[in-house]
Amino acid sequence: MSTLQIERRTFLKFSVAASGGLLIGLYLSGASKLAVAEERSGGAFMPNAFLRIGTDERVTVIVNHSEMGQGVYTALPMLLAEELDADWNKVAYESAPVDPKYNHPIFGMQITGGSSSVYSGFEQYRNAGAAARAMLIAAAALQWNVDPGTLRTESGAVLDGTNRKLTYGQLAEAAAKMTPPAKVTLKDSKAFRLIGTPAKRLDTPEKVNGKAVFGIDVKNPGMLTAVVARAPVFGAKVKSFDDSRARNMPGVRKIAAVPSGVAVIADSFWQAKMARDAVRIDWDEGEMHTFSTSEMMQQFREQAKSPGKSVRRDGDPDAALARAAQKLEAVYEVPYLSHLMMEPLNCAVDLRADSCEIWTGTQFQTVDRAAAAKAAGLPNEKVQIHTTFLGGGFGRRATPQSDFVVEAVHVAKAAGAPVKVVWTREDDMQGGWYRPAFLHAIVGGVDASGEPVSWRSRLVGQSIMTGTMFEAMMMKGKEYDPASVEGVDDLPYEIPNLAVESHQAEVGVPVQWWRSVGHSHTGFATECFVDELAALGQKDPYQFRRALLKKHPRHLAVLDLAAKKAEWGKPLPKGRARGIAVHFAFESYNAQVAEVSVTEGKVRVHRIVSAVDCGQYVNPGIIASQLEGGAIFAASAALFQELTFANGRLQQTNFHTFPVMRMNECPEIETYIVESNEKSGGIGEPGVPCTAPAIANAVFAATGKRIRKLPIRMTEAV
Amino acid sequence: MISFSVNRRHVSLEVDPSTPLLWVLRENLGLTGTKYGCGMAQCGACTVHLDGEAIRSCVASVSRAAGKEVTTIEGLSPDLSHPLQRAWIAEDVPQCGYCQSGQLMSAAVLLREKPRPSNEDIDEAMTGNICRCGTYPRIRKAIHRAATMMAAGGAK
Repeated sequence: MSTLQIERRTFLKFSVAASGGLLIGLYLSGASKLAVAEERSGGAFMPNAFLRIGTDERVTVIVNHSEMGQGVYTALPMLLAEELDADWNKVAYESAPVDPKYNHPIFGMQITGGSSSVYSGFEQYRNAGAAARAMLIAAAALQWNVDPGTLRTESGAVLDGTNRKLTYGQLAEAAAKMTPPAKVTLKDSKAFRLIGTPAKRLDTPEKVNGKAVFGIDVKNPGMLTAVVARAPVFGAKVKSFDDSRARNMPGVRKIAAVPSGVAVIADSFWQAKMARDAVRIDWDEGEMHTFSTSEMMQQFREQAKSPGKSVRRDGDPDAALARAAQKLEAVYEVPYLSHLMMEPLNCAVDLRADSCEIWTGTQFQTVDRAAAAKAAGLPNEKVQIHTTFLGGGFGRRATPQSDFVVEAVHVAKAAGAPVKVVWTREDDMQGGWYRPAFLHAIVGGVDASGEPVSWRSRLVGQSIMTGTMFEAMMMKGKEYDPASVEGVDDLPYEIPNLAVESHQAEVGVPVQWWRSVGHSHTGFATECFVDELAALGQKDPYQFRRALLKKHPRHLAVLDLAAKKAEWGKPLPKGRARGIAVHFAFESYNAQVAEVSVTEGKVRVHRIVSAVDCGQYVNPGIIASQLEGGAIFAASAALFQELTFANGRLQQTNFHTFPVMRMNECPEIETYIVESNEKSGGIGEPGVPCTAPAIANAVFAATGKRIRKLPIRMTEAV
Repeated sequence: MISFSVNRRHVSLEVDPSTPLLWVLRENLGLTGTKYGCGMAQCGACTVHLDGEAIRSCVASVSRAAGKEVTTIEGLSPDLSHPLQRAWIAEDVPQCGYCQSGQLMSAAVLLREKPRPSNEDIDEAMTGNICRCGTYPRIRKAIHRAATMMAAGGAK
């Protein structure tokens, strides 16, 4: 990719944590350059790229991550407000424009992903607040002609020993003239007043009165709306199209071929959609027109019979297996999944001769801007992206190919006017970039006393990195995609002979990260198999895991907490049973206990207890929300969701064929946090991987039947 | 010309009568708080009130609204004072927020009909509204909280 240079050292694996020290250095060097020059108007104080204080006392925090429900518009301002000693009631948020100064400190580009927003911003936002605070104190000291060391700050004001007070708003103009400090001292965590509290989310008011602006709500002067007819089969190309009916329909302005299909541009969405449905297209369907997922899974099963590329090998798993007292083979399968954000994809573009403005809910500003610039034939700096609220993201809005943004630029070229491309639900579901289908073939054995002696996982599935700009850096020196095997390559259980092998499948279905990425399937397969091994050796599944995790205190702590809160071992009403799972992902540890019953082949989840250790945390209210939401997101997939293809065509279209858990199906969910002083970890994704295996293991406890395929169908249980 | 009332304001529009009410609200009237999610009455994101009843505006043609009163999220209260809005804020319900207008409009009808709803009542009234972020446990709590507030005299 020529327009976007990403250095390997700055784009590390998503699950690799930041070095705090490095962040301070990076931040401060950037801050000094930006200071003062950032001051714009009205006496506002803009000490750095992340903060603006107005003479009206308003403290606006500029957030370099996208708000897609995970709470970054609250958690990141909390970090800054803590060090600034701001009055929390005066704090507001604003989304950052695309600019290198807003790059993710670890990934070296503007991106929201990897559950990393809070932990990567932990020092960055605190430093920004602390630097501003020092400048406000300096301004007050100058005004009062006193030693800055005698002053303190509290709730949006600088005070002296006699409680004489200047508010931040009163100091804004003067503070803007101060020199930013060369270095700042951050508060000791014991002095935190805001961090660690369940402060209310700042964005709730505008989300309960209809005022929050999502991409689909954007309206620009003279803007038209486009709906695109896209390929019914991946890779298909338009041979010809007949728009004779569509052309004369009300409101239609233009119908044009674009690289992704045929765009119908009209005055309104409904007119564009009706006309789009009236365009007849003759497609060259290409190689994928015979594609079927049932045949693909059959091929995966065949592939799994031969050794894959070695990912990890401890001891001699084959020899140990041969000696094992009891052996077990199990094949776990998971399907393609849609991210299915509530807000279907959309993108508004105002393309002019020398500039391009884009409004959309994206997780991937740097990449989208570069891709849009290339499509528009403009330099990167002539393209600006306004990030709106995202009506869900889950990874779909961070597409390495920027499909929905690039397409909108092409449509804008054809439209010759400001335009918004809106995808229907069906368009969105059929648009690709799914969680890849995966197969895990696992063999294991236990000795005469039931202790595990061998484990071999063989994975078959598509890489999400191959063919992207990240392939070279992520897969360098490796014969497999690390994102395919994450969560099994670091299996924490103490098993002396362990092998992990990977088969990379080549399939023409576009795939990418989906909330919890590889962990979404490795968590299921590994936590179900360890449960099966426990049963093989006639051990309690909780105690069996405990014994194998002696060297992993953080795993143990969440496992014990979840088991205790769920009253593991205490008898349940007839027909109900518990299942347990534990997993590490995105720098956090999660364990869950699910309580289920199975009636006439239907699985009902009654209760989920989820315990997390995400290190030092910012807002326990948001942590609880993310754990609740993560479990429900994962339970939807475990119980209901599957994308299938026949004759190259997706067989699901909307919520009736790709269901989401509803209120009447939702279990009671309890969440618990392990108090920890460890480095801050992720929270958006870590609550996902344990849910499916906890449910599946509970189904076994209730029925004696093993679930090896998702979504759960009791007719397929073994 | 189709005339109806939206949030107690009279409107008259020159629009194809078969156009779904959802798109007329969003595009002709600029009331974008009502959301598009599925277009087939599956998800409830487009829920509004038509003469006080919750309907899915994505499948209701605008002609159905003629001469009637439509209430959208923007008309629930002018100032976040509706007990449901206050309860939603107190329970920190929304995550991405996209489905919440529809959730609130469904909950408003529930509370009018059953001022002290049971969990089963909530299941029945709210099962047509999907939330992909998984805010159901908080929606349930917030509905109970709003009911308590209304019983204590917080109703408007």
